[in-house]
Order: sequence, then structure tokens, then C-alpha cells
Amino acid sequence: MTLPWLSVVTFLPGAAGLALLLVPRRFASVLRGAALAIAVVTFLLSLPLYFGFDDEIVGYQFEEHRRWMPTLGVAYHVGIDGISLLLVLLTTFLMPLALASAWGAIEDRIKEFVATMLILETGMLGVFVSLDLFLFYVFWEAMLIPMYFVIGVWGGPNRIYAAVKFVLYTMVGSLLMLVAILALYSQYGAATGRYTFDLPVLAQFVMAPGRAQDLMFLAFALAFAIKVPLFPFHTWLPDAHVEAPTAGSVILAGVLLKMGTYGFLRFCLPLFPDASLAFGPLVFTLAVIGVIYGAWVSTVQPDMKKLVAYSSVSHLGFVMLGLFTLNQQGLVGGLIQMVNHGLSTGALFLMVGMIYERRHSRLIEDFGGLWRVVPAFSALFLVVTLSSLGLPGLNGFVGEFLILVGAFQRSPWLAAVATSGIIFAAVYMLWMYQRVIFGEVTREANRGLSDLTTREWAVLVPIVALIVWIGVYPAAFTGKTETTVEALIAQVQSKASANR
Amino acid sequence: MDAIVFPPVVLGPLVPTLIVLAAGALVLALELWPRALPRELAAVLALAGMVGALLATLARWGLPGRAFRDMVVLDDFALFFNVVICYAGALIVLLSMDYLRRTGSDSGEYYALVLFSTAGMMLLAAAGDLIVVFLALELMSLSLYVLAGLFKRELASGEAAMKYFLLGAFASSFLLYGVALVYGAAGTTNLDRIAAAMAARPRDPMFVIGLGFLLVGFGFKISSVPFHMWAPDVYQGAPTSVTALIATGSKAGAFAALIRVLAVTLRGVPPDWATLLWAVAAATMTVGNVVAIAQSNLKRMLAYSSIAHVGYMLVGLVAGGVGGASAVLFYLLTYTFTTAGAFGVITLCERARVEAVEVGDYAGLARRHPVLAAALGVFLLSLIGIPPLAGFVAKFYVFGAAVRAGYFWLAVIGVLNSAVAAYYYLRVVVFMYMREPDGAATAYAPSFAGNLALAIALLAIVLLGVVPAPFVDLAQAAVAPLLR
Repeated sequence: MTLPWLSVVTFLPGAAGLALLLVPRRFASVLRGAALAIAVVTFLLSLPLYFGFDDEIVGYQFEEHRRWMPTLGVAYHVGIDGISLLLVLLTTFLMPLALASAWGAIEDRIKEFVATMLILETGMLGVFVSLDLFLFYVFWEAMLIPMYFVIGVWGGPNRIYAAVKFVLYTMVGSLLMLVAILALYSQYGAATGRYTFDLPVLAQFVMAPGRAQDLMFLAFALAFAIKVPLFPFHTWLPDAHVEAPTAGSVILAGVLLKMGTYGFLRFCLPLFPDASLAFGPLVFTLAVIGVIYGAWVSTVQPDMKKLVAYSSVSHLGFVMLGLFTLNQQGLVGGLIQMVNHGLSTGALFLMVGMIYERRHSRLIEDFGGLWRVVPAFSALFLVVTLSSLGLPGLNGFVGEFLILVGAFQRSPWLAAVATSGIIFAAVYMLWMYQRVIFGEVTREANRGLSDLTTREWAVLVPIVALIVWIGVYPAAFTGKTETTVEALIAQVQSKASANR
Repeated sequence: MDAIVFPPVVLGPLVPTLIVLAAGALVLALELWPRALPRELAAVLALAGMVGALLATLARWGLPGRAFRDMVVLDDFALFFNVVICYAGALIVLLSMDYLRRTGSDSGEYYALVLFSTAGMMLLAAAGDLIVVFLALELMSLSLYVLAGLFKRELASGEAAMKYFLLGAFASSFLLYGVALVYGAAGTTNLDRIAAAMAARPRDPMFVIGLGFLLVGFGFKISSVPFHMWAPDVYQGAPTSVTALIATGSKAGAFAALIRVLAVTLRGVPPDWATLLWAVAAATMTVGNVVAIAQSNLKRMLAYSSIAHVGYMLVGLVAGGVGGASAVLFYLLTYTFTTAGAFGVITLCERARVEAVEVGDYAGLARRHPVLAAALGVFLLSLIGIPPLAGFVAKFYVFGAAVRAGYFWLAVIGVLNSAVAAYYYLRVVVFMYMREPDGAATAYAPSFAGNLALAIALLAIVLLGVVPAPFVDLAQAAVAPLLR
């Protein structure tokens, strides 16, 4: 019997996190170190998934299938394909960095913090690897609680409001999705006599277009749209991001938002192809509104963290645009852009957090002329800023370019409007950068700022390296996804045309 | 004239109930013992009675039996409920031991009454005749009325007992009137023979009205809307350990009788009754959850939340069939552990020597008593229905049955209610983990028995959440013969 590699990667952090709860709380640095070590080990263990992944194979790899509740048609079924592989790696990559960034920032209840973060990692990985709708839902919902604690216990002044808002928003959406899951389950069961929650089986099911499929699509789409967040379901995001501690923001922006876009790709498109095509224009429109609206609102934010938070709305609008083009370029672009956003926005939150730790302010007006004081920080901040606005040669450009190519094939007008989002991104990012970094040092308090510490270098260098790598040689990542994406497009089209 | 033939006396199917009754009688008798006995003796005997009944129940699994001309039917259905009720009783005894001593109400009568009401619940689950339903209901209720007023010096406790008694008596008379009408229509009080007699004319007006009255009586006992008014006051005023018993065991018993009456006399729920139950379920969920938001007293909040949970269980009843009915059984199993656990934590918390019942009393609990706070947190998360805890599987199963039976919108109402519920349950979590107390902090009143009860409940919740399959199968096996 081979080792169930995927399950090991998924459950290691959570199990270790629970075990850490038994360590007495006076061993603060032991707890921090152990948690970081576990996260690093998880990342190393996830690397064989990348290297062992055969990008020629259509279908799932590293699959595991075990009985769980046979009477209900529930099984423990996990596996990854080109869509989930990158997101799994993104998760395992960002978690050690988030934990390292919290090393000095979190002083209160460290034991609970590291345990919560590690349990959260298991929840997120579980979402990406689940191939059974019941199992998926378990992870999807269970993951809410650790994030709720991260925001609510270790967050900023308005943390309780933000945490409750985050949970309630997400919960309304996901509970409706639960009903849709059950409806799909009983429809398939009634049609075939086999009651199952197995995703690959259900994905073969050609459902008649019409009201039932539309309602199910909308229920799934609402859950995912809230998570993405797609305009107008984004209002929880600025609160949650601003109040969350840096490590929480990194994970929230880097991974949690991707669960929404991943959901569209994994569930909405293959399960409800007719409805996906029918509601495509609506999603397109909302995505483009999000791109523009997010950019405009970012421009006027006085708070750097809030600016980055709203920029997520804009970036994720781009991703949604790419996914619903339903063509090769758009989908691959959307996928790679998910990773890009995780890296660059994660890095932005990390750096805003670093500066906040020094100055206890995130207001743009409190800074100015930082290049003279902290040149290394400023240089890295520049790279990350440029990556976020999509400078060619860095990762953001690859994704945005592919998405726009895809969108142009669907609708030149939409692509044109969306392109303006990139211009606005340049406006708000560069304007912020200019006000914070360039010019004379405007505040006396900023003169004494220290530059990056070794720990901060260690956190930032891997991200920046990856930003450059994807920018220069994207094929290392896009190559893993192409076969899966092709198969997905073929599946959606064949299922949709079967009904015509 | 025919000679009077006595039916053979078969006591086998009554053994679990008799064990509990015997323990109750023994506890009462020992109270009269002239010399001082160890203080814990009554509690230990009560616990032994519950555990003995549980073992006797498990021993009889798969061996259905009938006694007294089908008046008592101990089938797998009744056995399943016996397990739930015995666990509830045992947990309550464990929770009561130190709680009563602390509040100065330690007495043998308490345990005797707990045992008698438990016997009533078990008999209710096994009742094959409407007369037994009534008798068992009264045995259960009368004991609970007295228990609710246990804190003699507290006005709220007296008020709770009075309200519970008056409204309960009112509901009992409805039930009895219903029994009379059904008897008038069918000529028998035996459930099987009622079904046979009424199969040809299910819309006989007297029968329909009688059944309606029965539903009113049951509706009161399970506290479904619009017969829920008593619950908040009683839950709040009664001693917390008694509240836990009212919320878990008495509901399980009443649900057992309700399901059996509906399943046997109506052979499943016909559409017109389902429409009625649909409305009751939707109203019960919504009223319970919406009103719970406004509560600042934790016991009162849990009272409304328990009303809401009755609504969820009624969804399973509406869905009907083996899927729906077994979903209710599984729900009751998980709900019993969760609710007993949540009330159990309250019995262990006191602030300034007074029981900590306000939500605000729990501010900062996580910092000083992390394990206790985590336990209450897990119970509340399970009540919300967060996976992988038992409450999630129970809800999933109930709503799944509803969707499969075509009650799509009822499931939507149900899940939206769950989102509402998340708000008020999480509010307690917010206080425990994210706020600091103003003034004196809530202290933990140490209790080994209480800890044991919480540990059992926690273990059950995790177990039922992660490996629910065997228990779901048991629930299905329990209801399948009933619906054949």
C-alpha cells in the first residue's frame, strides 16, 4: 500500500495544531518554532505533488477513495488535478510565511493562535482536494471557524464586528449551497437510482436545463460569489481584511478568496454548464463592475491596508472575467492570476504589516520619503507593487494578459472596459507608492525606522523570487493546468450541447 | 358468560423501564432510613439505574417484544429512544451531583423524581396504546413539574413550576380529549387497531379532530410553535440540571410518541397533515431563532434555540418515510448530547456565588478556564451545525430528507434559520473569547461528575460527527419496521 500522500499533506497541519494545544503555554517560542516547522514540513511534503504531477493526464491524480457513510452515498474521496494543484501549493507556500510574519506581531495567546492557523490550513487544503461534495462542504464550512477566531481574537479594534460579519455573510451563502448540493444529490439519485455525492460521478450527469439547474447554479454561485468576493457581495471583505492581523490578511487574501473562484471552476462550470453559459453575461458584468469599482475605491483610500483590500475586489474581478470566458486563454489566465494575486497581495499585506509594526499606523499621510530611511524595504515594496499592477516581466502581467486575450474573443467591449482596470490599478498603486516612499521625509517619527530584519528578508525573498519566476517563465505553472483546462472546456461544451 | 382469561404477564419488554422505576423506589425508600447514609448514595443509585436500563436496552436490541396486549411495544424504535433517554438521564444525574450540593438542594427525592420522569419517557417511547401514551406522559410531566420548583426559595423556580404545571395540565387535557375522540371514532385505543379501523375512512371528522387534539398535546410537550410559550420561562426558572432534562429527555419521549402515533395510525404522514406540519415546522424554526437573538440570559436563549431545534426535527417529520423519521431520531440523539452539554457548562459556572446565567457573565471565560470555554464553544458550534461536529450531520440528514421528499423550500427556510442561529450562538463565543469581564470574573465550580458528563457529551458529539454511519444505520433500522 502506498502512502496516502494527499491526506498526509492535508491533515498534518491540523493534527499537529491540535497536538500543540497540549504544550504548556509558557513555552511561547517552542510553540512558534514548532508551528513554523510544521508549516515548512507541510510545504516540503506538498512539493512531490508538483513534481510527481503528470501534466499529460486528464483527470485526477493522487486519488484516494475510502468508504465513509455508504448508506448516504458519502465517501472520503480526494485527489488533485491541474486546477487544484497550484492552489494547494499556494496554500502550503503562504502558510509558513504567514506564521513567520506573526512571530513578533502576535503576543497574546500564542498557543491558540498557532493551533488555529494550522487547523485553518487543513481546512483550506481540504477544500481544494475534496472530490466528494459532502467532504467539500465539511471543509468549506469548518474552515470558517478558525478564520473567525483569527479575526475576532487577534484582530484590530473593530475585530468583533468584522469577524461576525465575515461568518454570517459566508454562512448564508454556503448554507444555500448545501440545499443545492442536496437537491443535486436527489436529482441524480432519482434519475439514476444511485445516490452519491461523488463529484466525478455527478459531473458526468447531464441535467436538463431549466429552473432547477438555474436555481442550483445560483445557490452555488452565491456561496462562491460571496467568498470571491464578486461585486456586490464584497462588503465583508474590507472589514475583515482591515481588522485581521497581518497573518490573517495574508491567508484571507492569498487563499480564502481563491476558494470562491476555485468553486466556480470546480463545481459551477462542470455541474451546471447550461446555467453557467446562461448566466455568463451577468457574471461578466458583475466582474467588470468589480474591476472598475474596486480600483476606484482603492484610489481614494487613506489607509494602505484598506487600499490593498479593495484592490483584491478589482483583481478577483479579473479572475472571474477570465474563468467565464470559457476559453483556454481566459481559464488558464484566471487560474494563474489566482496564484499571482495570492502572491502579490499576500506580499503587500505582509509589507504593510511590517511597516505597521514599526510605526503603528497604516495611513498613507503618515509616511513619505521612506526610500531615504529604509531602502531595502522600499525596493522590495516596489517589486511587489509593480507585480500587483501587472508590469510585464513580473507575474501579474502574465495572468492579466491571458485573461484579456480570452475576454477579447468573447466580447471586445468588455475586454476594453476591463483593460481600463489595469490603468486604474497603475494609478492607485503607483500613487500610493509615490506618497509613501518618494519625496522628502515628512514625519520626524519616520526617520528612526529600521530596515528589514533577517526574518523579514526570509519572509519576502521567497515570494519575490516566485513573482519574478512566474513573470519570466510562466510555463512552469501554466503547463500543469492546460490539459485539465482543455478537458474542462470540452466537458462543459459537450454537456451544454447535449441539451441543445 | 365467558370466563375471564388473564393474558399471560410478560414483563420482558418492560425490564429497562422497571430497572429505572426500581431504582427510583429504592432511592425513595432509603430516604426513610433512620441513620445517616453517604451523601452521594442517592445519586450513585440513580446513575446505576440509568446505566442498568441502558445495558438492558442494549441487550434487547433486535429482539422486539410486546406486553399487556400490545399496550407496550418494545421494538427497536423504542430501544433507540431508550438509549437516548438513558443517556440524557445519566448525564443529568452526573451534572446534578455537585450542582445540587452547591445550591443547597441535595435530596433523595430529586433523584427519585428524575428516575420516575425518565421511566415515564421510556414508557412513552414504547407506548402502543393511547392510554399508555397518556399515562407515561403524565408520569413524566408530573415529576418534572415538581422538579422545576425544586429551588423553593427562588421566585423564578416557583413561577416556572406553576407555569409548567398549569399549561402542562391544559395540554394534557387536550391530549386526553383527543384520545377520547379517537376512541369514539375507532372504537379502540390501540394504535395498530386504530390504524386498521380507520384505514377505510381516514377523513372521519371525529378522528381528524381527535388527532388534531393529540397533536396539540404533543406540540406542547415538544414546545413547537404556537404551543411554546411556557418553554422560556420554565427553562429559565427551573434549576439548570432540570432544564437540561426537560430540554432533552422529555422532548425525546414526546417525539417518540408523536412519531409512533403518526407513523402507525396514519401509516406515514398523508399530504394534508404534512401541509399542517410544514407550517408548524417553518414557524417553529423561525420564531425560535428570531426571538433567541434578543435574549441576554443564556438559559432563556437556549430555550428559544431548543424551540428552533424542534422546528428542524419537525422538518424531518414532514419529509416522512424512513429517511425523514430516522433523521429525526439521529437529530434527537445528537441534540441530547449537545444540549445536555451546553446546560452542563452552565451548572459549572458561577459568578459572585450566583449561577452564571447571563451571556455577559461568560466574558473572558476562555482566558481563565480555556477547557471549559472550549467545551461550551464546541457545544454551541455543534448547535449551529458546523462540521465536523454531530449537529452538522444531523442537520444535513434532516434537510437531505426534506429535499429528497421534495420539500425544497422548507429546507431553504431551515438553512436560512441556521444562519440566523449562528449569530446568537456565536455571540456567546464572542463573549468567551473576545471580550474581558467587567467586574468579578466567572469562576469554575469544580465537579468531577460534571466534568465526566461534559467529557461524555464532547466525545459523543465528535464521534457522531466524524463516524455517523453506524448510528444513522441504527436509526434507519429502528424506524423501518414502524413504517412498513
